[in-house]
Amino acid sequence: MGKVMALTGNEAVAEAMRQINPDVVAAYPITPQTELMHKFAEYHADGLVNTELVLVESEHSALSAVVGASAAGARAMTATSANGLALMWEIVYITASLRLPVVMAVVNRALSGPINIHCDHSDAMGCRDSGWLQLYSENSQEAYDNTIMAVRIAEHPDVLLPVMVTLDGFILSHTMERIDVLEDHEVRDFVGEYKPRRALLDVEHPFTVGPLDLTDYYFEHKRQQMEGMAHAEAVVEAVSREFGERFGRHYDTVEEYQLEDAEVAIVAMGSTAGTSKEVVDELRQAGEKVGLLKIRMFRPFPYDRIRNALRGKKAVAVLDRAVAFGSYGGPVYTDVRATFYGVSDAPVLVNYIYGLGGRDITPAHIRTAFDQLKSIARTGRVETLVGFLGLRD
Amino acid sequence: MSKKMTEIRWHGRGGQGAKTAALLLAEAAIDVGKYAQAFPEYGPERTGAPVRAFTRIADAPIRLHSPIENPDTVVVLDPTLLDVVDVTEGLPSGGVVIINTSASKQEMAAKLRQQDQLRLYVIDATKLALETIGRPIPNTVMLGALVGATEVLPFDVLVEDLRDKFSKKFSPSIAEMNVEAVKRAYEEVKKA
Amino acid sequence: MSAKTWREIPIGGDVVDAGNAVEYKTGSWRTFKPVWYPERCIHCLFCWLYCPEPAILVEDGKVVGIDYDFCKGCGICVKECPDKAHALELVREK
Repeated sequence: MGKVMALTGNEAVAEAMRQINPDVVAAYPITPQTELMHKFAEYHADGLVNTELVLVESEHSALSAVVGASAAGARAMTATSANGLALMWEIVYITASLRLPVVMAVVNRALSGPINIHCDHSDAMGCRDSGWLQLYSENSQEAYDNTIMAVRIAEHPDVLLPVMVTLDGFILSHTMERIDVLEDHEVRDFVGEYKPRRALLDVEHPFTVGPLDLTDYYFEHKRQQMEGMAHAEAVVEAVSREFGERFGRHYDTVEEYQLEDAEVAIVAMGSTAGTSKEVVDELRQAGEKVGLLKIRMFRPFPYDRIRNALRGKKAVAVLDRAVAFGSYGGPVYTDVRATFYGVSDAPVLVNYIYGLGGRDITPAHIRTAFDQLKSIARTGRVETLVGFLGLRD
Repeated sequence: MSKKMTEIRWHGRGGQGAKTAALLLAEAAIDVGKYAQAFPEYGPERTGAPVRAFTRIADAPIRLHSPIENPDTVVVLDPTLLDVVDVTEGLPSGGVVIINTSASKQEMAAKLRQQDQLRLYVIDATKLALETIGRPIPNTVMLGALVGATEVLPFDVLVEDLRDKFSKKFSPSIAEMNVEAVKRAYEEVKKA
Repeated sequence: MSAKTWREIPIGGDVVDAGNAVEYKTGSWRTFKPVWYPERCIHCLFCWLYCPEPAILVEDGKVVGIDYDFCKGCGICVKECPDKAHALELVREK
């Protein structure tokens, strides 16, 4: 079953897209996403996909083309990064509002300015309230697997919302890793044939897309979107379970790593979760009760799972690779805090902002965070609620 | 951290193939069932600028996604880099340094900032590349030297992998030139 | 007609009944009303051509009347009716 390949994160997602063989892909290049679409365009040029590849003049156009294609009844995908995602902004909301099950890879990169091409999560975090699901990938294998699962999740009749699959720019996108690639037929069988709920090209059943929606119904349509989001968690769980049963790689909305008897823990997303696991193992070998909670699904935010996983811990540090300016700290931190409002056995929750603009995050940084947590657990005193890792201070 | 992992840092100048070498080694490792990572350091690269690339090889999945700070081995594709960067940075005692140079081992040793307990190898990879491939590209030659010095992979695995890749990407004759280059580098380092 | 709840309407704002504008009678918006005098009409169809609704009823190439369910009383038909025919007149709605 399948084969082992040496691929970069970008190549791994392009490989997943080749196997999904979407009806329409629209693309505009931006670092670090460029080589993802470059690779897919190569597959297209070589006749390996039946996709209609639309090369557009901006990211706004890329997502617009994908929205049009999706409304017409096509399975449609695109990919972008940072400023490209920002230029899509208007259409990001429209995709979700029209309930179009689009899948988009976001190769995480810092938003300008000053201009920077390296990884942080500020691009995707800008869209956290846009109505898209967000799956963060710890490694390129997960980015590949998430891309395949995202199609099923987005198109599920209980959800019908677009899904963003994120992978850390350069750290994953440009790093070659060992990837277990499924057989083409396995992927096609898993994603199945796309049956749109309505299609503009279905002339027997004409309908109108995106009409004016004023004070009379707009509110109701937003409430429906909330309902789709509310169902998404169970669908992500179910699709991930099925993926695990069929292919032996198991995923969940969150991953609890050495967490059960841990006294202190770190919460992380993306590639930093992997680095954190190494540090957890190292500290465990030294007899310390430390653990990690990796959040794979950031939207919808799995409040219950996170509360249950972390309640009773003495101290927890949430790592944020983005700032929510003017807010308590980072975006993940504010959500984790919210989940513990009024909970009696809530842990002390601190926040670390790290890795902005691609600043390295090393095992030493993670150890520093654990040291701080152990000190809080011991003394009960919190020196800094919102701190930094890797900042020159 | 489990140190059953080998970490290699490549120093070169833009255009010398440091990134390609880092990737080729990782691919060869993955092809024989190991786990590997390879990544360049991205900055404002242009031809001639100092660049770095990294390879990690392990028997188990590699979860670490941080830069390599303490490599076991450093490969230097261009000796002039020794005047510009500290290629020994982060090398532990007993670490391996392999330098492409026409100068002697003693001359190179004098230039290294860290002197203690290093296993230093010198090889004139550019000359060897000119003799075998006909172009002054030292990167595949240095792959042979690296495997000779460290046995990070079985040598025949590297040869078969290069033959396969270069045959597909270029031609069987170019593949054989590269194989010859790698073999000579391997043997030269073994003799040293 | 009471508005439907969020559970009762199609998602995404889709309007699924094609041509449902026919159910929305705009004739009630009228404050002026065109009256057609068939005996003066030369059936040039200018009124039919210009009517934005379209509320001028035509059969076999001839005007047969006005659809007051949809005529909003804009008066463009009256304006366009050739002076020599003068088959349409605008009168105030009562």
